[in-house]
Amino acid sequence: MNINFWLNGVNRHAEIYPDTLLIDFLREQGCFSVKRGCETANCGLCTVLMDGRPVLSCSTLAARIEGKKIVTLEGMQREAQEFGSFLANEGAEQCGFCNPGFIMNVFAMLNELKDPTEDQIKEYLAGNLCRCSGFVSQTTSILKFLKYKKAQEEA
Amino acid sequence: MKYVNQPVRKTDAMSLVTGKPVYTDDLAPKDCLIVKILRSPHANAWVEDIKTGTAEKVAGIACILTYKDVPQKRFTLAGQTAPEMSPDDRLILDRHVRFVGDAVAIVAGETEAAVDKALKRIRVDYRVEAPVLDIHKAKDNPILVHPEDDWKLKIPLGGDNKRNLCASAVEEHGNVDEVLAKCKYTIERTYHTKANQQTMMETFRTACYMDHFGRLIVLSSTQIPFHVRRIVGRALDIPASKVRVIKPRIGGGFGAKQTSVSEIYPAIVTWKTGRPSKMIFSRYESMICSSPRHEMEITVRAGADENGIIKAIDVYTLSNTGAYGEHSSTTVGLSGHKSIGLYRHTEAYKFAFDVVYTNVQAAGAYRGYGATQGIFAVESAVNELAHKMGMDPVRVKELNMPVEGGPLPGYPDVPYAQSCSMDRCMARAKEMMDWDSKYPCRDMGNGKVRGVGVAMAMQGSSIAGVDVGGADIKLNEDGSYTLALGCTDMGTGCDTIMAQIAADCLNTPMDNIVVFSVDTDISPYDSGSYASATTYTTGVAVMKACEELKKKICKLGAEMMEVDERKVDFDGSCVFYDETIDISDGADKNAAGHMTDAEEGYRVDMDAISSEGAQKKVSLKDIALKGTFFNNIELQVVKQHSSPLSPPPFMVGMAEVEVDTETGSVEVLDYVAVVDCGTPINPNLARVQTEGGIAQGIGMALSEDIQYTDKGKVRNNSFMQYKIPTRQDIGNIRVAFESSYEKSGPFGAKSIGELVIDTPCPALAEAIYNATGVRLTELPMTPEKIAMGILKNKSEQ
Repeated sequence: MNINFWLNGVNRHAEIYPDTLLIDFLREQGCFSVKRGCETANCGLCTVLMDGRPVLSCSTLAARIEGKKIVTLEGMQREAQEFGSFLANEGAEQCGFCNPGFIMNVFAMLNELKDPTEDQIKEYLAGNLCRCSGFVSQTTSILKFLKYKKAQEEA
Repeated sequence: MKYVNQPVRKTDAMSLVTGKPVYTDDLAPKDCLIVKILRSPHANAWVEDIKTGTAEKVAGIACILTYKDVPQKRFTLAGQTAPEMSPDDRLILDRHVRFVGDAVAIVAGETEAAVDKALKRIRVDYRVEAPVLDIHKAKDNPILVHPEDDWKLKIPLGGDNKRNLCASAVEEHGNVDEVLAKCKYTIERTYHTKANQQTMMETFRTACYMDHFGRLIVLSSTQIPFHVRRIVGRALDIPASKVRVIKPRIGGGFGAKQTSVSEIYPAIVTWKTGRPSKMIFSRYESMICSSPRHEMEITVRAGADENGIIKAIDVYTLSNTGAYGEHSSTTVGLSGHKSIGLYRHTEAYKFAFDVVYTNVQAAGAYRGYGATQGIFAVESAVNELAHKMGMDPVRVKELNMPVEGGPLPGYPDVPYAQSCSMDRCMARAKEMMDWDSKYPCRDMGNGKVRGVGVAMAMQGSSIAGVDVGGADIKLNEDGSYTLALGCTDMGTGCDTIMAQIAADCLNTPMDNIVVFSVDTDISPYDSGSYASATTYTTGVAVMKACEELKKKICKLGAEMMEVDERKVDFDGSCVFYDETIDISDGADKNAAGHMTDAEEGYRVDMDAISSEGAQKKVSLKDIALKGTFFNNIELQVVKQHSSPLSPPPFMVGMAEVEVDTETGSVEVLDYVAVVDCGTPINPNLARVQTEGGIAQGIGMALSEDIQYTDKGKVRNNSFMQYKIPTRQDIGNIRVAFESSYEKSGPFGAKSIGELVIDTPCPALAEAIYNATGVRLTELPMTPEKIAMGILKNKSEQ
């Protein structure tokens, strides 16, 4: 079947099988930041934005993106650099394998919640697993990033 | 020091946070055959007949391999220094399948759909036999997991496959029974720790292809590239020289990738077909047929005198290696050696163990490597003993803990505790937790009770007298350095840590050092990253290599300046002549300082381009450039390092939990970890290691459990049933360092990677006891067990 969609701002057409999963399709398109950590929609590694909302690409059919705007970390390199540097300063990236899905969900959270509290952050990101960091440094990075953004806005 | 002991960013951090394609599956050739495995539905069975004909007819199938197609020499998948301590008990495919999930056939095809279709068309007739599933009934059971005659233990460790025994031993110092008889307080308890999955976020995966020399290239997510080269060679029965292993970025390991779990399957496919292939383990496969922590049942007897001094400890460990023996004889050793050593006044101790085969998935290496299990048992026993004595467990530990210069009973790898600040760790933890006001518990008045618990831990730093670290440093034409390593950064940051060490040794900016790892054709030999060895062992190899490279730089600099090489020094950017340098006992002009006429001619040119040469000073850049033309002094050094010692890092963990006394649910409110890892080379990375280890330990303590049905099938085969902690489950983790200085380590460093998973199980067990009066001896400590314990206590009152 044929689909028409936007990937990282570029309008595209593709021919797919009806049962192709979005994660596999995106990796075929060269979006290697999209990672698979499980098959049961538990780990959050494959999170991408569909029309601005976070979805798990491992449990979304590629057919569902017809007419939609898909954004992966490849399409948010500037933002990834900016927020990612806060992770890097804490040593929070560790093995890095969960980073892209986690960072996409952080961006989704910042779209949705104006000034999230620590509890809201933990709740929003509960579906993003990480086995290296113990999460503490990730939370610290987000809080420091929020503070930096706030200072930027005020300036 | 500019970089050591500084929280510098990881050199690869920005690539990782921007999602660059740096992992195995991102880099695998695009035309790889997809490799999948047909797995046994039975825990113990023999393949009587296997028909692959109709499966082979599926369009796109490149090859299907069965037990008839693989070499018949047994090997082990354990990544250990040869001759491995693990028994040779595997074939790539065996007629005898020994657990639910064991490999029966390998299918490779051009698309995943074709492979899935072919898998369904393979017909297997099994002769199904009764499995051995109970660890208590495994030893001397008439059903043998490994009845074969070619089972081989290369190092005698008490194993006997005709008894389902993988290893067995007894160590005793003094007479435990006599000393215990004299003790005023004694305890005897049996603890049960379960198998756990490491669940690194990147599952096991390997891609293979042939190069133009007819060699097999293995691109793999592994902690042990050099061991993989040997293992693949042995498995395929080809010379290891035919195998080249490349390690890209690794998405976590935690010991799981210290076993060659995925490599052999695509390796044999590519070797047989000549075509590139890859095998990506699903999470399901990573749950049912990988290399989880050894389940152990540990019986502890301990005794103390009237003053709270621990006088005797007896540990007996029954370890379950599952269907194959990877890492089994070695992990079990740590359950005694790293636990008994925590009590310095122990006059007599005994440590005995049996490791048994059963028909469940094979165990392997997992952070802590047996110490985690042993420390849970011994720390729990001593905590309970403290309550018997009416003493605060912290006080008992203060009286008995390891001290610098003091003994570590039963720990063979240092003569005494050379570097130890356990006392400071305990004092700091007490203060951070506000222990004295929180111990033992606080009733919150709403059905919830808060309790605190404490545990100590120690680990090693490398395998003494075995592990080899390697470093290869060279000066490049532009004055930069390349540091090639064989250790494997699995997210821990060792590539960065080695660059920090090299930058300080060479007095150069870190970004002037390119780190490369790992390619077995290019990297210096290194055992790999495991056994808490990398910083301690490879770190010293880096220091040695830098020291020698500096000498070579000086030599070439002196030659360029035409001065005595003993009268020059190197400050990181220049080699300069210093006539004040003392050169006692008569001067032999060094051979390298002696130049031929032709070299003289070249050197004159050199002077012309180096304005500093005239001022008896020559820049690193000029030396580097000189290294590339008409030069006989190689500006490259390869060094190895092995330590005869394994100095333990130490730590104290304290937990505060809130238990709902009605439901038994536990919330971890606060976890304080104070660590003595020697000098933390990178305090950020050391802190995050600690936070990650504590979180992983909390999972082991409270929720993670690999359970089997009575037919031997794994019940927890996804993240739905195997629950690792999320960010909402771990509470507050606070980390502090109280460093000692370890003279045998780089800049005073010991290790940290494994130590940090050892305290949560005993500290949380103690906190739950203090909150509820329920003493749990089996992991995980689920709400159900706690609630039932509370009910039992009530009914007994």
